Amino acid sequence: MKARKIILAIALVALSMPTLNAQKVKGSDTVLPLSQKEAEAYGKKGGKITVTGGGSGVGLAALIDGSTDIAQSSRKMKFDEKAKMSEAGKQVREVIIAYDALAVVVNPANKVSQLTREQLEGIFTGKIKNWKEVGGEDLKIVVYSRETSSGTYEFFKESVLKNKNYASTVLSMPATGAIIQSIKQTKGAIGYVGLAYVNNTVKDLKVSYNKGKTYADASVANAKNKTYPIVRPLYYYYELKKEKQVKPFINFVLSAEGQAIVSKVGYIPVK
Amino acid sequence: MNKIFRGRKYFLEAIWEGLLKISGSITSIVVLLIVVFLFKEGMGLFNSKKIEDGYSIAINKTNTLTKLSSEEVKNVFDAEITSWKALGVKMENDEIVVLRLNDVESYANEEEMALLDQSFDNLPKVINRIIEDNPNMIAFVPETYLNKGFSGKKIDLGNISPKEFFGGKEWFPTAQPVPQFGVLPIILGTLWVSLGAILLALPFGLAVSIYMSELASTRIYKLMKPVIELLAGIPSVVYGFFGLIVIVPLIQKVFNLPVGETAMAGSIVLGIMALPTIITISEDALRTVPRAMKEASLALGANKWQTIIKVTIPYAISGITAAVVLGIGRAIGETMAVLMVTGNAAVIPHTLLEPVRTIPATIAAELGEAPSGGVHYQALFVLGCILFILTLIINLTVEYVSSKNKHKAH
Repeated sequence: MKARKIILAIALVALSMPTLNAQKVKGSDTVLPLSQKEAEAYGKKGGKITVTGGGSGVGLAALIDGSTDIAQSSRKMKFDEKAKMSEAGKQVREVIIAYDALAVVVNPANKVSQLTREQLEGIFTGKIKNWKEVGGEDLKIVVYSRETSSGTYEFFKESVLKNKNYASTVLSMPATGAIIQSIKQTKGAIGYVGLAYVNNTVKDLKVSYNKGKTYADASVANAKNKTYPIVRPLYYYYELKKEKQVKPFINFVLSAEGQAIVSKVGYIPVK
Repeated sequence: MNKIFRGRKYFLEAIWEGLLKISGSITSIVVLLIVVFLFKEGMGLFNSKKIEDGYSIAINKTNTLTKLSSEEVKNVFDAEITSWKALGVKMENDEIVVLRLNDVESYANEEEMALLDQSFDNLPKVINRIIEDNPNMIAFVPETYLNKGFSGKKIDLGNISPKEFFGGKEWFPTAQPVPQFGVLPIILGTLWVSLGAILLALPFGLAVSIYMSELASTRIYKLMKPVIELLAGIPSVVYGFFGLIVIVPLIQKVFNLPVGETAMAGSIVLGIMALPTIITISEDALRTVPRAMKEASLALGANKWQTIIKVTIPYAISGITAAVVLGIGRAIGETMAVLMVTGNAAVIPHTLLEPVRTIPATIAAELGEAPSGGVHYQALFVLGCILFILTLIINLTVEYVSSKNKHKAH
């Protein structure tokens, strides 16, 4: 009897959900501050959006089992997630709402100003240990990284290290702010941070993805015209069936007003 | 009238007693449940497969390989091992080619791509064809894609063994295809930092407590006591930030190191944090030394200093030991401050001037994102069990030391 009552209550809550017309956005903590600001601005126009974090993987899993309307993600949907989605009989749509560039930063006293992807891979996997091997002075390289749980950690591993593992001697810091602080006070340091976090206490490096033919500066302009390579799109994923419900919010995010918020939060607008 | 009053009094007393008893037993039960929970969550680890859940390592059927250690798998997929000869396999084309699920698109031909676009049901066929055509390939793909008519061989890596877990030297909990759970560097890092902390905190703590209990005037004592108690009230994040901004660069400069985030930075911060515990408890112990003992010593012609060294400290030694052990306990379990200053690199430390990773820092940094119930989650709970056992040993030592004290007193 009691169990039946509980089931009834759950069913009632579940039924009342869509009538509230609140859409749920869930996923990446990188996209979280952006989605929150967008939802706030959208809320002033009468729309209702609830935003929660938890990580890209969590958001996409929620999209697959239908417990969220939009999954925010700082990485492309993985092959096996797509497979799961199609197993569940759902078609997924992908929208790029902004870009985020990762800058490779060193101590301002460091003479090195540019590195190739191969050199970066060597440094972060522990094969290159001294700055003189990449044209700097005779100084031990101290590598800073984010914790394994961070999406930034995964993206850097995928894009720069080509899925190889970081060296075990890499120092991992709990937050981007801590990485900046440590690089500021350590002469031989190197690390990666979101472009929005770069300030004048650290120096960002030019990076080449074509074995040194061309180097590009980490800047909003270069990220936009795609000459800077370490750029990741930030995505919204939704189910095709729910397109009608979620489209107004997504259109708002992609509108001039929404994209102005993107710049304000520190990411790179799509247009 | 009097009788009724007395009866009511007994009744009230009985209620009070009952309440105390209930709260006592509830507390004990909760503590026990937490311990049971800790061990229950960690237990499953050694029944889990080494390879990421739901995935398999597959090779061409002509390949003679039968066994791979988890370290070898990691090295193969990190392109550290690139020839089959290194794995003891003779092959025409010696180069190892690695296939991950995301690489499938670059190996599939146009026809297969069209099939894949239609439906993922065609995926097993495509994977099968790719592995069949490449005898020198090693693939890491979901188990479900290898079931229907797969012609190659699957390699079973077996379960995680306690030997690899406790003796392993590499901690890569999110590595694909085989996460590496070697806790040795993390346990050593924890002990290293705590030991350093206590070596730093003990002389200072003892000095302050002797000063406060024996030498300080009442006015200074009244000033110092709240300051030291304040030290215990500062949140550990504040200590961590202080460490990162002040102590880390200082160590780097003084020892001329490439990096300042070291075990020593952690030890100093933890030492400061353990000070209030050590000072308060050992000061209490010093204060319980009977006045008669000290006066007898003074009456025999010993001066104040001799009395402290020869009478007061030996009498209070078990209390001081308890203070030290509890201080270590405080240091071992500390999370946030250590997370910020020790650099968190999971390598076995050889000196105090190297970065280390501690058990609490590892749990704090990783538990939030570990899929609940998965191997990584279980491994973190086993780390929690190890920490629990370490603190238990410490507490038992305190018990032993203070019980020894009682015998002496009688």
